[in-house]
Amino acid sequence: MIRFEKVHKKLGGRTVLDGVDFEIAPGETFFIVGTSGAGKSVSLKHMVRLLTPDSGRVWIGDDCVSEARGRLLEKIRTRFGVLFQGAALLNWMCAGDNVGLPLLERTNRPEEEIEALAREKLALVGLEAAYDKMPGELSGGMRKRVGLARAIITSPEIILYDEPTSGLDPVTSRAIDQLIDSLRRGLGVTSVVVTHDMHSALSIATRIAMLDAGRIVELGTPAEFIKSSNEKVQQFLEAQYITKRGAWEKAGTL
Amino acid sequence: MVLRAVLACSCTPRLCDNLIAHGLGASSTAGENAGGGQALGKPGTRVYGSARYFGRRTIHTREPEYLVPPVNTWARIGRQVLTALRDTGRALVLLAEATSQVVFVFSRQNRNDTLHQMFQSGIKSLGVITVVALFTGMILALQTGLELRRYGQEAFIGSAVTISLLREMGPFMTGLIIAASVGSAIAAQMGTMVVSEEIAALEIMSINPVRFLVMPRLVALALMMPFLTLYTNAIGILGGAIVGFTQLDVTFIAYFDNCTRYAENKDLLVGLFKSFVFGVIVVIVACHQGFATTEGAIGVGRATRRTVIISFLTILTMGYFITRMFYR
Repeated sequence: MIRFEKVHKKLGGRTVLDGVDFEIAPGETFFIVGTSGAGKSVSLKHMVRLLTPDSGRVWIGDDCVSEARGRLLEKIRTRFGVLFQGAALLNWMCAGDNVGLPLLERTNRPEEEIEALAREKLALVGLEAAYDKMPGELSGGMRKRVGLARAIITSPEIILYDEPTSGLDPVTSRAIDQLIDSLRRGLGVTSVVVTHDMHSALSIATRIAMLDAGRIVELGTPAEFIKSSNEKVQQFLEAQYITKRGAWEKAGTL
Repeated sequence: MVLRAVLACSCTPRLCDNLIAHGLGASSTAGENAGGGQALGKPGTRVYGSARYFGRRTIHTREPEYLVPPVNTWARIGRQVLTALRDTGRALVLLAEATSQVVFVFSRQNRNDTLHQMFQSGIKSLGVITVVALFTGMILALQTGLELRRYGQEAFIGSAVTISLLREMGPFMTGLIIAASVGSAIAAQMGTMVVSEEIAALEIMSINPVRFLVMPRLVALALMMPFLTLYTNAIGILGGAIVGFTQLDVTFIAYFDNCTRYAENKDLLVGLFKSFVFGVIVVIVACHQGFATTEGAIGVGRATRRTVIISFLTILTMGYFITRMFYR
């Protein structure tokens, strides 16, 4: 479904991606973790061609997105829903209009139908009462959930999440996790999640990749990941009080 | 020659980017910078600078631009000239793209926004335009009136004020006010949208930012500017009449009689055409600068400042050329 082939990228003279190579199968919930500046968000932006590799290729199905232009690129992008780190809501539109925007712009559906769908998606993220609220009236977490509702309204095949749970309380974070997981189980949506939150990753990922200095240092299922002998991985897990013999294994999550 | 250079820079953006990034002012560290840092002209290499090529077929990537420090003053000047030519070319491409989207102005997605922009740029500017136009007319009347009184011809201030306003001052003053108020607001809005990834979100939703954001503003201001200029002219002429009556003993009848006696329809129409062009300039410069914003809040401030400066200079220059075109 998504394939990175030896992707290299430099930004400002600094190597951000250094020969990144991985493949995501349809229906996976693929987590990319790593420290700040490791290249997680940059990887995500390559998938929708917001950035172009210096060398290497990025494939979405049979289409090479890193070389696509014009209508082909537009077509590829319609397969995606993206939740941005800061939600990227349009500030002059209410939450409901933000959620309905992709349908209003890309389809000929009646406005009443779009409004009903927007309300449904907002209810899915627990914000049914926020339809008429402006983004400025919403908290950071609420904005993020509105962004999530907008990302899923077109029923995309692939959803990219850039830090979906950062800034959210633990209860809401787990609710978002459940939503991501239910999209995979119920609709077979492929999800790519960039996060620092290992609790999310270990709970719902089908596979986890860890990026460090632009290279993938570990890639595997949550069970393989937590047992990794890689020093960077263990450092990252321990920083979040997750150990091989800790609560994760005892609780039988893995 | 300048036009050729602009066309060359806009039609070969990647070459121009390369020249700006590497060809001029590249230090020995050039190989470590933008887009993989390959040398210009090396076969098989791909170098991306800031690839903000607007348009349905071209807007595809939003690469940050990293430039190596220029090695000397000449390199700095050369880079600035090339950058200016490239930006001019991109602004013209943006204008062409926005114009091609005008057919969608009455679509359900755009009609409300266009009306909203007409209200924002037109009706909300009336207050400041009223004050500026009134005092411009009063100053014009006072200055010309004092000179004409030395020859006993102060009754002619009506024609002096009217012709000055219709031909130059009306569109010019309106253009400057709109550039400073509406243009800077548009640039700040676009810049903030770029910084907060809203433009990227639109692109990923396959919503053309040019149709969604630029075209409604272009149509709104291009339509409103002639009306605002008419209003400026009327208020300015009224200001002149007040000064004439209160300070130069020119009756209203004599003043308005002179107003209509010497002014021609051509003066009014050329002035309105100018204002239409100025409206287009303000929107395109503001949107182009806004879309090119980088570096967060500082970048937004820079885009706003550059919008006002570039709009002022372009309005002045285009004002001269339009005048020269119609008055030989």
